Amino acid sequence: MSELLLNVKDLRTRFHTRDGLVHAVNGVSFFVKEGETLGIVGESGCGKSVTVMSILRLIPSPPGEVVSGEALYLGRDLLKMSNDEIRHIRGSQLSMVFQDPMTSFNPVMTIGHQVAEPLMAHQEMTRKQAYARAAELLNLVGIPNASERLGDYPHQFSGGMRQRAMIAMALSCNPPLFIADEPSTALDVTIQAQILDLVKHLRDEFGMAVIWITHDLGIIAGLADRVAVMYAGFIIEEAAVDDLYDHPSHPYTIGLLGSLPRMDESGQRRLTSIEGMPPVLYQPPTECPFLSRCTYKIDRCSKENPSLMPVDDDHRAACWVDTTTGKSRA
Amino acid sequence: MNLFAHIVRRLLLMIPMLIGITLLLFIVTHMVPTNPLTVILPEKSLNDPEIVKAATIKWGLDKPLYQQYLIYLGNLLHGDMGVSFKTKNPVTFDLEQFLPATVELSIASFIFALLIGLPLGIISALKSGSIVDHFTRVIALLGASIPPFWSGLIVLFIFWFKLRWLPGPGRIDARMAAPPTVTGSFLIDSLLAHNMPAFWSSVTHLILPAIILGWFTLAITARITRSSMLEVLQMDYIRTARAKGLTEWVVVIFHALRNALIPLITIIGLAFAGLMSGAIMTETIFSWPGIGRYAVMAATNLDFPAIMGVTLLIAVLFMFINLTVDIIYTIIDPRIREM
Repeated sequence: MSELLLNVKDLRTRFHTRDGLVHAVNGVSFFVKEGETLGIVGESGCGKSVTVMSILRLIPSPPGEVVSGEALYLGRDLLKMSNDEIRHIRGSQLSMVFQDPMTSFNPVMTIGHQVAEPLMAHQEMTRKQAYARAAELLNLVGIPNASERLGDYPHQFSGGMRQRAMIAMALSCNPPLFIADEPSTALDVTIQAQILDLVKHLRDEFGMAVIWITHDLGIIAGLADRVAVMYAGFIIEEAAVDDLYDHPSHPYTIGLLGSLPRMDESGQRRLTSIEGMPPVLYQPPTECPFLSRCTYKIDRCSKENPSLMPVDDDHRAACWVDTTTGKSRA
Repeated sequence: MNLFAHIVRRLLLMIPMLIGITLLLFIVTHMVPTNPLTVILPEKSLNDPEIVKAATIKWGLDKPLYQQYLIYLGNLLHGDMGVSFKTKNPVTFDLEQFLPATVELSIASFIFALLIGLPLGIISALKSGSIVDHFTRVIALLGASIPPFWSGLIVLFIFWFKLRWLPGPGRIDARMAAPPTVTGSFLIDSLLAHNMPAFWSSVTHLILPAIILGWFTLAITARITRSSMLEVLQMDYIRTARAKGLTEWVVVIFHALRNALIPLITIIGLAFAGLMSGAIMTETIFSWPGIGRYAVMAATNLDFPAIMGVTLLIAVLFMFINLTVDIIYTIIDPRIREM
């Protein structure tokens, strides 16, 4: 653990929609070190996927637009690269696995070809070499008789197998950073666990850094080193994983954890829920975006949107209230 | 299912379909309240009962309709479509004379439509709202709404009569002899005969009718390609392809276009069959000796064997094109193979 692999600063992305300008990502900053696993957690629509897609410049424009920010990958800004430069980074340095394995493969191309494509594009392998490597990779992710299945089409694979193949494809060029956008969400729970184990195993074997996006705090607990919690396009809390679970500081994180059953707790506790819905931001907020759902709110919350403030060593939260005491922080 | 078995099954299914078509055709043509003898015989012979009786027997018109049909069907099995009332030639012979010109024209129009329509459709989808997109929309609108008898006359007027850039009606310069028939296509036959002037003349004669005939197909090709591409470009697997670091060319042509072609193929297949059968206007304007003109001739003369022959030919063409479309489908879309 040492060198800074990815350093994102003040990333802002918005979408021009029929209902107006939607501020999807509002000044997000985070970093990932070599070999480290960062979990990004949040509800649907909180801007998790948009954040990583913005970094890889995969946001369709129009309607999307990355307004400002930096995404330094080994010191070079991904957002300022030429199309050709970013293309060379995608798939070889930063590779990504998407949520729905059923629709993420091209239905009219063989799995083998699709897994081999990055190898041919980035490593100048011949078709034959790439296919041989694709078979090895599929074998690595646990597809039985991999070399015989290279000629299969996506519809001949089950959902779990497709996601394994997707991971094989993403890993084909040994990327230093692997981004997983809810890769297990669309799968059965047992398959989810298998995929999770597979990624952990591969991460340790290849020593790659991982950004794992999920709405499931349970998954993150066993996987990540650090966690960033997102809400309405902001990172509202950031901490080492154990610290976050033991001492959540933001009311939203507290609410999220309160809604989860925990194995390490004795006695009976009622699960809580967070009332209301997250806002869709048509304007940059002048108040705390969590205000309407918050049980800790004080006057200041409606006047000023808090930015991340240190709570502890390597633990920051965007809240005016010290939730342990209920008093104003600043 | 095995592709070969699928094709055989489809071919076998064509037999009952063909029988149905002949029956329908036979009934419809014979419901026309007219006496075929008026076509067969010169006007003055119609008053001679002897000749009328002899002709009635000779052409089998004294037999009941169902017998006439069975005889027709029996002859058809031997490749005999009967004898044209008007030309007195076997209908198969006539069709052989007229079909190659139509095939040549429709293939040329089809190639023109695809070569221009596909790229226009793709560019319109990639740059929707751009000048190319608007230009394509106008071209497509004109192609879909201007009737060929009008656009044909206009282009003849401009490019032949006024500018003299291209030759007028016909398949080849009137002062030239047609190349010796091998395939029936003037382009191929003149090349086979190493007759470059004839080849060049045939090519230039083909340009205007091919553009006029192909314009409509170009219009639908461009529009369907555009909408189909727009839909496919939204798909998750296109995002995956981009995330892999593939070049835009590979993403668009290999990942997107192949998927976009699936809905397109049905439509351009039918459009091709339409070119083969729907060239009547274009062939008339450009004095193109194809089956479109033969069909008009047959219909205006109430030449029943010729009408049935042409219609049957077109029906068979449609069936084979549909079969070809099905086969191309299974090649492009692996999901269909298992159905």
